[in-house]
Amino acid sequence: MGKIIDQIKQGKTMVSDGAWGTFLQQKGMQPGECPEEWNLSHPDDVFDIAKSYIDAGADMVETNSFGGTIFKVEKYGLADKVFELNKAAAEISRKAAGDKFVLGSVGPTGKILMMGDVTEEELYEAFKTQVQGLEAGGVDAIMIETMTDLDEARLAIRAAKENTNCEVFCTMTFEKTVNGDYRSMMGIAPTDMVNTLIDAGAELIGANCGNGIEDMIGIVKEIRKANKDIPVLVHANAGMPIYDDGKTVFPETPDEMANLVPKIIDAGANIIGGCCGTTPDHICRVREEVDKK
Amino acid sequence: MSELLLKIADCIEFGKINKAAPYPPQMKGQDGADELTKQAIDEGINAQDILSKGLMIGMEKVGIKFRENKVFVPQVLMSAKAMNTAMIHLKPFFQSGEVVQKGTFIIGTVEGDLHDIGKNLVSMMVEGNGWKVVDLGTDVKAEQFVAAMKEHENAFVGLSALLTTTMVNMEKITKAIKEEIPGAKVAVGGAPVTEDYCQKIGADAYSSDPQGLVEFLNSQVD
Repeated sequence: MGKIIDQIKQGKTMVSDGAWGTFLQQKGMQPGECPEEWNLSHPDDVFDIAKSYIDAGADMVETNSFGGTIFKVEKYGLADKVFELNKAAAEISRKAAGDKFVLGSVGPTGKILMMGDVTEEELYEAFKTQVQGLEAGGVDAIMIETMTDLDEARLAIRAAKENTNCEVFCTMTFEKTVNGDYRSMMGIAPTDMVNTLIDAGAELIGANCGNGIEDMIGIVKEIRKANKDIPVLVHANAGMPIYDDGKTVFPETPDEMANLVPKIIDAGANIIGGCCGTTPDHICRVREEVDKK
Repeated sequence: MSELLLKIADCIEFGKINKAAPYPPQMKGQDGADELTKQAIDEGINAQDILSKGLMIGMEKVGIKFRENKVFVPQVLMSAKAMNTAMIHLKPFFQSGEVVQKGTFIIGTVEGDLHDIGKNLVSMMVEGNGWKVVDLGTDVKAEQFVAAMKEHENAFVGLSALLTTTMVNMEKITKAIKEEIPGAKVAVGGAPVTEDYCQKIGADAYSSDPQGLVEFLNSQVD
């Protein structure tokens, strides 16, 4: 099957999957439940999500392991199950993916290094156990995502590079500031991110979550100013959530997202997928637009 | 005297904890919040003045810069650390009643939500602006908020949530608080929360940044 990066280098634009968290909620997961625990307790529902994105035309699908470090799962009393939960996540997506790629999702720990919440070694070890579980379950790449702090991102990349044979990807989450530029919660600009992540060993970088695909175009342009060659991925939210009659709804429709696909490809993105609020319908429309291009 | 208080305010604004702290680089080798607060007390400066004309001035500046996206979470955290260091010296004056806080603010991340970065930031900013803060932690249920409100009479309460799915619990909690404690003032905040949502669920205040909450609280007691 080769590597994702090789396909990009051959000039291919690829399609990734859509939301997981909001999809799990639709399947009945309640606030306060551990999403990763569903890999053991509701494997069929998790499989359905992965399969629905493959059926929608995605070239790759993520795993249900975003909060799969010990720092997250220990809050649910699952500290001794880190490897198992991640391995199960990978196996489910592997089964759904067929000959498509699987990206092992790794999210932030919620700990802040500079506050002395944790040491660098503790963070490294936490990511190490998670990525080893993901590799054992059969992922092709480690997808470190939603990072806001460069040091945490760097440690996660290093843990994945040094302890697996997977491709290692990393995206960060940026918001538009009142001055119109983009910064992560910790104040990192897209251009600040580029060299640090590449030096740490990331083979692909990019942005995820955020306020919709429109902002992503600006972020990709910023990344491209700093580096013309590094493969770039975006996983965009379906806009900012709005509250409607007791429910939160993500406003961006599949067509609205799809209409911006040509622009984001022109800006320099190589892989396009969705984050919170995006559905298989969004991914299906993105696929059509990518194929037209 | 006022010059020393200005220096203390600078230490809070720029996150200079003590002389040994390497951050911020432009203040390297200078006395920090730790040394200067102690010096102010030794010089006999009124503890209330150290708090309200020194420390709080610095904290307010950080809050405003944070709102304007001129500084980000790391700078606020350093300022909060500097503030905490200074507060250790002032603690005896709080206990003796010589320094009076503006009121009590109860805060927690709502039921079902385990995220605490935003809540902790708000706690630090509110405390740094002269309020007593009671932090109930994460995954806090309506009963726990109500119990804390009964324990701390006339306290204000703040509900935090990061997720769109847990945000909906704010409505339930706000209603429970208002039912048990008529006249209670409830503030809400967090990434998915908006002014519109705040109004729809019958909460009293929303701010997209901690400084806005501080201003709301101050407006209630001034």
